[in-house]
Amino acid sequence: MKSLKKKRRIQVLAVAAVALVISTGMIGYAMRDGINFFRAPSQLATEPPKPGETFRLGGLVEKGTLKRGEGETITFSVTDGGATVPVKFAGVLPDLFKEGQGMIGTGKMEDGVFVADEILAKHDENYMPKEVVDALKKQGVYEAPNS
Amino acid sequence: MSIWEYANPVKFMKTTDRILPWSVALAAITLGIGLVWGYFFVPAAENFGGSVKVIYVHVPAAMMAINIWVMMLVTSLIWLVRRHHVSALAAKAAAPIGAVMTLIALITGAVWGQPMWGTWWAWDPRLTSFLILFLFYLGYMALWSAVENPDTAADLTGVLCLVGAVFAVLSRYAAYFWNQGLHQGSTLSMDEQQHIADVYWFPLLLCLAGFILFFIALVLLRTRTEIRARRLNALEQRERMA
Repeated sequence: MKSLKKKRRIQVLAVAAVALVISTGMIGYAMRDGINFFRAPSQLATEPPKPGETFRLGGLVEKGTLKRGEGETITFSVTDGGATVPVKFAGVLPDLFKEGQGMIGTGKMEDGVFVADEILAKHDENYMPKEVVDALKKQGVYEAPNS
Repeated sequence: MSIWEYANPVKFMKTTDRILPWSVALAAITLGIGLVWGYFFVPAAENFGGSVKVIYVHVPAAMMAINIWVMMLVTSLIWLVRRHHVSALAAKAAAPIGAVMTLIALITGAVWGQPMWGTWWAWDPRLTSFLILFLFYLGYMALWSAVENPDTAADLTGVLCLVGAVFAVLSRYAAYFWNQGLHQGSTLSMDEQQHIADVYWFPLLLCLAGFILFFIALVLLRTRTEIRARRLNALEQRERMA
């Protein structure tokens, strides 16, 4: 860098920056399926997973579908508005898991049912005091941000 | 008067000598009030409960981790183009601070993620690019100490800084580029819609200001140390020559 003139140094840096931006953009675009953490239910409908393939499924827990079965097993449906997938899971659920909230499960499809071995909760970027939400709900004016 | 006058080490030392006590005092006040307010005087949040308080360390640390890299990028570019030594030394001085901020954000994120998401770590795009940013900080510091000649070291680390900027940008915007991740988008944004209720927002603002001021104080202090170390080095070399 030292041997170059100032103008040439600026040119080299500008070319390097442009090359970096383009290469990052191309890698990010080409690998977006691998980089995306989960698949949505409507993506499963258009591109079904291979038999026995382990993948992550993400979406909202549909209201009114959460059922506690025998023992630890629970069942519920995951939706993204377009499609719905039934889910079966046995294990410990994270604190944030509830109906109407986002979730991401790792598992396999078995006879049209997604059998999960791990469930994570996905939340949104909203932070509200509990009392405020309760008060709004009481007045019937509370709208959940992601519904 | 031009802004480049401050790139003169003597002028820089004189100016920062006056700024330093103020930034230390302001940082102590804002951080003290912000953290105490945030940790002891905010209500539990819907869905999150008391764990919402992690936000007062996690968010400022993550923001600083990214912004410090951007600051290093700017000062490195100034060095590469205009060859002001103070600029290169400021980038060198900022790196360890940024690395610690990244580590704090990673650790508090893991501690928060375990109860909320149900996992300490996931290979989500945002988390992954943040981890790579941390590795870049380590590599940056290693490169500085690996190259003997200070000018060559400044050149090489400057180029590394340019490459690492990719991951600084990705850690901030990955949640938008690949929207099927585990980490949510930003809570703090310039748009009109408020994602965070005012009771959480005001202490958070203070914490953000506190972290920024704390960084300014530290980076000035460390840059002054670097300048003095370099002067000492020059003196020693002159001694040996004589």
